[in-house]
Amino acid sequence: MLHLTLFLIFGAICVAGAVNLLVQRHPINSALSLVVVMGSLAGEYLLLGAEFVAAIQVIIYAGAIMVLFVFVIMLLNAGEEERAGGSRVALLLGVPGMTIGSLLMAWVLLERSGTQSVMMGALPGPPKIIGWLLFHDFLLPFEVTSVLVLIAIMGAVVLASHPEPSQPRKKVD
Amino acid sequence: MLSIETFVVVSVIKIVIALFVLLTAVAYTVWLERKVVGHIQNRWGPTRVGPFGLLQPLADGIKFIFKEDLTPPHVYKPLYIAAPMIALICALTSIAVIPIGNWVTIGGVHTPLQITDLNIGLLIILGITSLGVYGVALAGWSSNSKYSLLGGLRASAQMVSYEVSLGLSLIGVLIVAGSFSLRDIVDGQGGHFWGFIPKWNIFYGGQFVAFFIYLISAYAETNRVPFDLPEAESELVAGYHTEYSAMKFAMFFMAEYANMITVACVASLLFLGGWHGPVFGPPILQAILPVFWFVLRVFGFLFVYIWVRGTLPRFRYDQLMAFGWKFLLPLAIANLVITALVVAWRA
Repeated sequence: MLHLTLFLIFGAICVAGAVNLLVQRHPINSALSLVVVMGSLAGEYLLLGAEFVAAIQVIIYAGAIMVLFVFVIMLLNAGEEERAGGSRVALLLGVPGMTIGSLLMAWVLLERSGTQSVMMGALPGPPKIIGWLLFHDFLLPFEVTSVLVLIAIMGAVVLASHPEPSQPRKKVD
Repeated sequence: MLSIETFVVVSVIKIVIALFVLLTAVAYTVWLERKVVGHIQNRWGPTRVGPFGLLQPLADGIKFIFKEDLTPPHVYKPLYIAAPMIALICALTSIAVIPIGNWVTIGGVHTPLQITDLNIGLLIILGITSLGVYGVALAGWSSNSKYSLLGGLRASAQMVSYEVSLGLSLIGVLIVAGSFSLRDIVDGQGGHFWGFIPKWNIFYGGQFVAFFIYLISAYAETNRVPFDLPEAESELVAGYHTEYSAMKFAMFFMAEYANMITVACVASLLFLGGWHGPVFGPPILQAILPVFWFVLRVFGFLFVYIWVRGTLPRFRYDQLMAFGWKFLLPLAIANLVITALVVAWRA
């Protein structure tokens, strides 16, 4: 009972944070709302029994990636966004599309997925099981992902590196 | 198993005691720092308020409460007010999973000397510490002042960078211990080897390199000398808290010292054997002595902190980044690989 109440509270915070993210006009407020979403998602994971995933969610997403987001916003000193007038296409296509999409997803999850609702604390939580899954059952996808991340890092380094000093950049007057 | 009412009452009592002890420890760490740095620099430190200046933290606290709380007109108010709170909350929360001793039985209630024992305790501490960056970064940004902004930027870059080496240095200990629970990690360090050397991770687990990586990264994480660039007085006035006054400034100050204490506790638990030490005498002494040994280690770690502050000059910013990424990180990875190989070899 307590679990369910907490689960609903965290869910409500998560949705409120997501809505606030879209409504806010200042980028830093939006970024902080995203932190709230990440944090409440971690709470949900914890309640489902996936404590390791919850901790990683806080450390990686809320603690590292979002800090970099905030860092970039601070560095650019981004100001308040101008609010564009509502787009008619978005209104005509987006709202019905989103409604149909979410209904479809709910229908598939509830009726067609073949699984009953997940019990609280039933997901594989302990780090040992996660490690076993990552390095045994899903070893190839895991390693392929790590290579992909490595390529992305190398790309970022290449993009960020200075041009070679032997070829000074031409001055533009 | 405790009933739910007893559990709530015991938890509340433990939380109140832990917070009281932590805040008192914060106040007296400040006193200790002023005293020790004073003596290092051939001064006396605080002497006027009480014997040996022992009431100085109290006087400082009263001063902070009664000072005018200035809010500069150009700040972004919601975050300006929230930032010190975030910093202090994150600093105080992590004490919840830190064990300070064995299980005790008081009045028929059998309870650990710890607010809550989680099997991912160490990850919780890392998570909360990584959220602490927001306090500093947002303070720097919302103050709308160039010194604060530079301080905040430096702090967030530095803390994110050194967190990597910090985390990697801890994984070696985790491999040796085989658990995330701080209590299990400490329990694994009991006893001696070769007759007299205690089985602490720093000796027996071969984690002395990891210990020094942790030590250095922890100094950077808590923005202390020689890594105090976020508040470098000679360049940035006071860095991210330039625009803060009165209790809001005090909250940053308390957060910094509470973080120091947390870091010292984690070092004692993971590397220095936690509360293990000679235990003897009547039952009451047997219950208190482990806590005493633990506090002694924390005190020693804090003393080294202050000693370093009184001894070393500040890094330059590019040196700081190069040191973190090009020296500490490869060293931490090497330590991790070697530890993993040794553990696999033994098994």
